[in-house]
Amino acid sequence: MRSTPLSVVCALAWAFAITVPVGAQETTPEMVAAAVKEGRVTWYSSVDVKVAEAVAKAFRAAYPKIQIDVERAGSERVFQRINQEYQSGIKNVDVVNSSDASHFLFWKKQKWLAQHTPPDVKRFAAKYKDPEGHYATWRATLNVIGYNTNLVSAKEAPTGYLDLLDPKWKGKLVKSHPGYSGTSLTGTYALIKALGWEYFEKLSKQGVQQLQSTTAPPKSIASGERAVMVDGNEYNMFMEIDAKSPVRIVYPKEGTPFVTSPGAIFAGAKHPNAARVLQNFLFTSKIQQLLVNEGGLRSVHPDVNYPPGRTALAEIKTLPDDPEGMLAQIDDIKKRYTTLFGN
Amino acid sequence: MRTIDWTAPFSIAIALLLASLVLLPMFWLALTSLRDDSGRFTLEHYRQLVVDPAFVRPLANTLWTSSAVGALCVLAAAPMSWLVSRTDLPGKRLLRVLILASFVTPPFLGAFAWVLLGGPNAGLINQWYYGLLGLKPFEAAPLLNIFSAWGMVFVIFLYTFPYVFTFVANSLDLIPGQLEEASALLGASPFRTAFHITLPLALPALLAGFLVAFLQSMTLFGPPAILAMPAGIDVITTKIWSLFQFPPRLGLAAAASLPLLPITIALLRVQTLILGRRGYAVIGGKSGGRQLIRLGAWKIPALALFALVLGCSIVLPYGALLRTSFVKNWSRPLAGNLTLEHWRFVFLEFSQTQLALQNTFVLGIAAATAGTILVTAVGYLSLRKIVWGHRSLAFLATAPVAIPGIVLAVGLFLSYTRPPVVLYGTLWIIFLAYLTKELPVGYQQVSASLKAVHPELEDASRIFGATRLRTLLDITTPLIRNGVIATWIFIFIGSIRELSATILLFTARTKTISVTMFDLRESNDWGPIAVLSISMLLITFTMIAAIYRFTDRRPT
Repeated sequence: MRSTPLSVVCALAWAFAITVPVGAQETTPEMVAAAVKEGRVTWYSSVDVKVAEAVAKAFRAAYPKIQIDVERAGSERVFQRINQEYQSGIKNVDVVNSSDASHFLFWKKQKWLAQHTPPDVKRFAAKYKDPEGHYATWRATLNVIGYNTNLVSAKEAPTGYLDLLDPKWKGKLVKSHPGYSGTSLTGTYALIKALGWEYFEKLSKQGVQQLQSTTAPPKSIASGERAVMVDGNEYNMFMEIDAKSPVRIVYPKEGTPFVTSPGAIFAGAKHPNAARVLQNFLFTSKIQQLLVNEGGLRSVHPDVNYPPGRTALAEIKTLPDDPEGMLAQIDDIKKRYTTLFGN
Repeated sequence: MRTIDWTAPFSIAIALLLASLVLLPMFWLALTSLRDDSGRFTLEHYRQLVVDPAFVRPLANTLWTSSAVGALCVLAAAPMSWLVSRTDLPGKRLLRVLILASFVTPPFLGAFAWVLLGGPNAGLINQWYYGLLGLKPFEAAPLLNIFSAWGMVFVIFLYTFPYVFTFVANSLDLIPGQLEEASALLGASPFRTAFHITLPLALPALLAGFLVAFLQSMTLFGPPAILAMPAGIDVITTKIWSLFQFPPRLGLAAAASLPLLPITIALLRVQTLILGRRGYAVIGGKSGGRQLIRLGAWKIPALALFALVLGCSIVLPYGALLRTSFVKNWSRPLAGNLTLEHWRFVFLEFSQTQLALQNTFVLGIAAATAGTILVTAVGYLSLRKIVWGHRSLAFLATAPVAIPGIVLAVGLFLSYTRPPVVLYGTLWIIFLAYLTKELPVGYQQVSASLKAVHPELEDASRIFGATRLRTLLDITTPLIRNGVIATWIFIFIGSIRELSATILLFTARTKTISVTMFDLRESNDWGPIAVLSISMLLITFTMIAAIYRFTDRRPT
């Protein structure tokens, strides 16, 4: 039951792939008309719910006749839901964004992704897009350390990951979960490469509070529930700082995991034209600038400017992500991590 | 003119429907637990369940925490029900209303609220405590840490004790007063009488209450997921849920679900034995003219007990949710922190609100309507002993009591993700879950109303030549109208708060309010959670007000 249909599917997919032109597919009036006829588009994203809804609001303003539904959950959860749904023949998802870049390798291998290059992506650096046009980096962030300035003074604040093993932090740390969040998983993989599993074994003895999403630890330290976050989204930290919360970012001296977060269209999308209109819209400089200004995110769009007060990427020592290397180890990482830290 | 009597085909249809609702999921559950990935027979899943500490530990946690919940409930509910039933405690009516409010508050909402109150460092209660003693968070131990097994036990207790209270209060009302009067006449003090006469008489109800609290606690998913998981503690329901994460390990999930069934059935058997054949739904039959014990100065500690329990279950949590819905940063002081942003976001911007509200209402209305029709039919057929096998109808309608929501969800998932009927991804599968889960509650409600209608009226109608259906529509239905409406509302309320089955069955287009809140929790978005919680409570209380309006009941 396994071998024959798969090869047939592959052949068909290949035949299909070469007939579709690779390259930019601009938003034409015909495409918009067809999208309006489809009426709606479903976007699965792992970006913070407030940012996701701000983007959806902008989309509604631009295309009032296309209803956009946002399904937000952690990257790993998004991945589980899509796979569960596809396995059961449910094709809810039109456009996806996840912070676990390896998901796109998996979906591409499954032949589930459509080839589509938004016009703006043509100008992206090659490392931020799939050469065959299946996906491109929609947003990026750093997975940073942070602390509450009411509870921790700048002098005693940690400067890197190894500092967090100091007994003085026992019971004060909060962390996201790589089984839920793609950003957390990407960061965990980078740290395993840099510091080894021994680091996590020691960290697990520090009484770390285990949350799920990387959007959660910044909110936790802003409320004062914990003093220091081991990991969390840089963009949520910027959002907290903009909201005058007493928090500060630390770029760890061992290096900060840089997490790219691609976006793609599903080949089986029920609303293929609306999906293309949305995907093109998501990559415009206007939305990319919105992600940076309101969402505190990093963008790889060449036209984007950063507001003052954000440390330039060039000044931060980053640990680059490596989706292909990570892909083979995901299950192992999640399992070992859960044994150490729980669910 | 002669019309066809549809009784027989109708009964068979009902029986088949009930059987497929209840037995089909259980059949797939059992089968899946005994098969490996290639469909061969195996006991491997059960072996893993018994030897792997990753399963043994959650099961042990479930057992001890549920026992602790049961014990706490009895300890608090016994004096509370005695005070309400036997003494001149003031404000009984208000107290009963607040206990009813604890009863209908979804436990996962309580758990959300208690994160805001009892988080070890930022929790509002701990902040007051630190402030009062001039301590600093992290330097001193918190007053309470809700992220712990005991924190979870405490929160489940707060929303489970009303079951025990109702049990014991009902049973105290039924105990004849003569024995207690005799004891008093012979010179025993009121408390001596309470301990030596009333307590032993109420013991069966207390034990039964313990078992119900145990069962309730064992099957909950929300509080352990919200309070115990962040502390690295798993119970069996959260374990089943994590087995369902992609790639789902269905065989193991089924094997982990099944042990809950015999446990539940055994506990329910024990409970029936303890209570004898007297169901706990007995209403009326109060022995009147009881002399109430004067509490005197004891009123103060008595009221303090109520204030403590109800303060923790209602006043503080509702206050915390309300506060959180109107502030920017939930842990900061109110000054300069007020905002309407969360309400605006939830109702004007958050694109899941509308869909989730719509789904929740559609499901609630559909499950309530279908459920009411079904249990009314079953109640009628079985109580009037109209068809052969009427006992098995009643059994099937009450059997889901023994099926925890999450176990039912695993069974439904297995039944309806494969041909011929694929329902996963539609509202139908969630509808089936709600319908099945609420059957026992509905059946109990309707059968109570039906018992109150004398069969003579129906017999008269039949003698004059009306068919069974005609009689049902013209005679019985109007007489039990209020009971039926109450049943509908009960099922509706039960459905809109459902989390433990929905969490396994929803997809992006079929989300409900409860799972939307659960998603928001994973990113610590407390403001929107508070707004949705308050909205859900408002809907619930409106519906309860409707029950009283239609049935003219007073809170009991």
